[in-house]
Amino acid sequence: MHIVVCTKQTPDSAAKLAVDDAGHVSWGDSPIVINPWDEYAVEEALLLKDRIDGDVQVVVISMGPEEALEALKHAIAMGCDRAIRIWDEAFAGSDTLATSYVLARAIEKIGDVGMVLFGKSAIDSQTGQVAVAVARRLGFSPLTNVIKIAEIDGASMTAERLLEEGRQVVQAPLPAVVGTTKGINEPRYPSFMGIRKATRAEYPLWTAGDIGAAADKVGAAGSGVRWERIFAPPAREGSAEIVAADTVEESARILVDKLLAEKVI
Amino acid sequence: MDLTAEQEMVVRMVRDFAEKEVAPVIKEYDRQHKVNREALQRMAELGLLGVCLPVRYGGQGMDYVTLGLVCEELERVDSSLRVVMSVHVGLNCLGLLQWASEEQKERFLVPQARGERLATYGLTEPGAGSDPAAIAATARREGDVYYLNGEKMWISLADVADQFLIFAKTDPHLDPPWRGISAFLVQREMAGVTTGDIHGKLGVRAGSTGWISMDEVAVPAANRIGGEGEGFKIAMSCLDNGRYTVGAGATGLIRACLEASVKYALERRTFGVEIGQHQLIQQMIAHMKRDYEIARLLYLRAGWLKNQGVRNTQQTSLCKWFATEASFRAASDAVQVHGSYGYSDEYDVERYLRNAKGACIYEGSSQIHQLLQAGYALGYRDDRPLRCELPAYDAALWQEE
Ligand SMILES: Cc1cc2nc3c(=O)[nH]c(=O)nc-3n(C[C@H](O)[C@H](O)[C@H](O)COP(=O)(O)OP(=O)(O)OC[C@H]3O[C@@H](n4cnc5c(N)ncnc54)[C@H](O)[C@@H]3O)c2cc1C
Ligand SMILES: Cc1cc2nc3c(=O)[nH]c(=O)nc-3n(C[C@H](O)[C@H](O)[C@H](O)COP(=O)(O)OP(=O)(O)OC[C@H]3O[C@@H](n4cnc5c(N)ncnc54)[C@H](O)[C@@H]3O)c2cc1C
Repeated sequence: MHIVVCTKQTPDSAAKLAVDDAGHVSWGDSPIVINPWDEYAVEEALLLKDRIDGDVQVVVISMGPEEALEALKHAIAMGCDRAIRIWDEAFAGSDTLATSYVLARAIEKIGDVGMVLFGKSAIDSQTGQVAVAVARRLGFSPLTNVIKIAEIDGASMTAERLLEEGRQVVQAPLPAVVGTTKGINEPRYPSFMGIRKATRAEYPLWTAGDIGAAADKVGAAGSGVRWERIFAPPAREGSAEIVAADTVEESARILVDKLLAEKVI
Repeated sequence: MDLTAEQEMVVRMVRDFAEKEVAPVIKEYDRQHKVNREALQRMAELGLLGVCLPVRYGGQGMDYVTLGLVCEELERVDSSLRVVMSVHVGLNCLGLLQWASEEQKERFLVPQARGERLATYGLTEPGAGSDPAAIAATARREGDVYYLNGEKMWISLADVADQFLIFAKTDPHLDPPWRGISAFLVQREMAGVTTGDIHGKLGVRAGSTGWISMDEVAVPAANRIGGEGEGFKIAMSCLDNGRYTVGAGATGLIRACLEASVKYALERRTFGVEIGQHQLIQQMIAHMKRDYEIARLLYLRAGWLKNQGVRNTQQTSLCKWFATEASFRAASDAVQVHGSYGYSDEYDVERYLRNAKGACIYEGSSQIHQLLQAGYALGYRDDRPLRCELPAYDAALWQEE
């Protein structure tokens, strides 16, 4: 069985983003890293590989240009068995709709897939749509916000989903799409062995032709979203005030009064 | 001077570890003068304690440059982490790699490289620091056993380590005295070994620095590293590697000062502008930037020489001297940039200053390095070949299972 992890590269979370007048986004010389949420997905895949009996291979995939290699390398260094990059000039300008199409085609090509794992969202675009869109395209059970995979065998799984109201326990047949969330595990650091493996591994490239992608379903042509204008939101103005009083009770009373006055509570 | 893809991934891994697991708690450990044993455990698990040792000796098979890079990243967060690398890897493990017999490497180096046994280096004594030929510890031979007596002082990890590379005189009356020194691998379990911590230190408060007392400690002759009388040369070649880690670490400390100062200079305002706009603040930041880059080039060169198997006593000494003095200046300036806030432990820079001072004293004080550099320049000094040289880095050999 294959467990597939979908990942993408993002600028480092410490990067300072800038947008120019033409709407181009840049992040200086900040490094490109694996989308931090995806590390949870990779870790969970590696843990599942140990939990499931039989021959399980963890395959990490990314749709993206050269820079996507950074995310794939990191996943291999953590311990994934193999990586595939999916890219074609024709994919440039894909939104979540087109991205999910490309990923779904690639997952079909990998074959014998029991589970597809995703990060919570990508820290750059942050829509959280790709996982469910892939599930829908493949007809897999979509489980998002998963905080725990309680049980799993070759045919079905039980998971806990983290909702605003609490935890929801759900059961689903495999294959399933699992959107992981922070707290599901503690992602490991790459090991030295893993790092060596990652720098020597092959990173095969699958193009539109390789996955049999239709031209009108990918790139700008296959996208539903049009970006009218991209701009940096105005810097938030704000000020801080430290509530000081002689006793804790007094501070609390002042704080509550202020919150009421500001209509926060 | 590009790093390899492997080295870059290691840098990122160590940075993530230090930022996520140590940075949030270090201030508290430092305040309480407590060793962060969990961080030590994690360093072992991550393989850092054997980073540049061959896989067949339990290490991770990386090169000597990577050791420097790891030290830079660790000391950027706290000197106490890098001190562990200095004594465990630099002074002890690499000393064994260079001088120990194959059988000794199996017995002592393998568990150390795997991080199962923590190691340190005991040369300094209450009465002898800069002049180690004057040590008073003795090793008296009776058959196949040496009886060690004496006291080691100011030893990093004295109270934490499991194995000590101890220098003692097998012949206390030789002239010149350095010829009478031999090296021994002493283990904590041996009867007659007691250790303790020194309290009231200015810096590296999250690290252990202490004393090792030896009272008739029976050490098998099989634990003697190198020949009788070879101890001084061993001690000095260990320092070639320890000083390298100190220099690389100090480079990280300068970077920490630079990063903290830049951040603060862009936030704090006086006279209507952010203080980064004032030229005198800019000067301090410019010095930090300059010194960071010089120090980094110096340690990368030393690491590169080690990889090539070229003797680097002079280059490593220069790197250590420059980087540690520069880190002390950088830390002092970083406190200055932060004004009164820098003078409190609300910010990290006061810790940087306290930690930086130590490195100007240990592993050859700044004065000793000046004597060395002048000695080389004047032709009073030169390095003769050793019976055992530090082996050049050979990727295939290092990574062989
Ligand atoms: C090179 C490039 C060019 C782009 N150009 C355009 C454009 O012109 N117009 C436009 O509308 N958008 C564009 N995008 C944005 C792109 O459509 C979204 O980033 C992408 O669909 C993911 O959406 P998201 O970031 O909201 O992911 P989310 O849905 O928030 O991500 C959830 C999870 O999905 C997985 N995932 C997301 N993307 C990928 C991927 N590519 N490969 C593998 N797994 C993935 C990860 O596990 C991630 O954690 C571009 C992105 C890239 C990388
Ligand atoms: C935090 C810390 C950790 C340490 N860890 C270890 C360890 O793990 N193992 C170990 O063996 N030791 C360790 N040391 C000891 C350290 O190496 C010695 O303190 C150092 O070598 C200096 O020796 P000393 O303190 O005896 O100073 P001294 O040698 O007494 O020197 C006093 C002063 O005189 C100067 N001086 C000495 N000789 C000359 C000269 N010829 N010309 C000009 N000036 C001179 C020195 O530079 C210094 O300023 C550590 C020290 C510290 C502070």
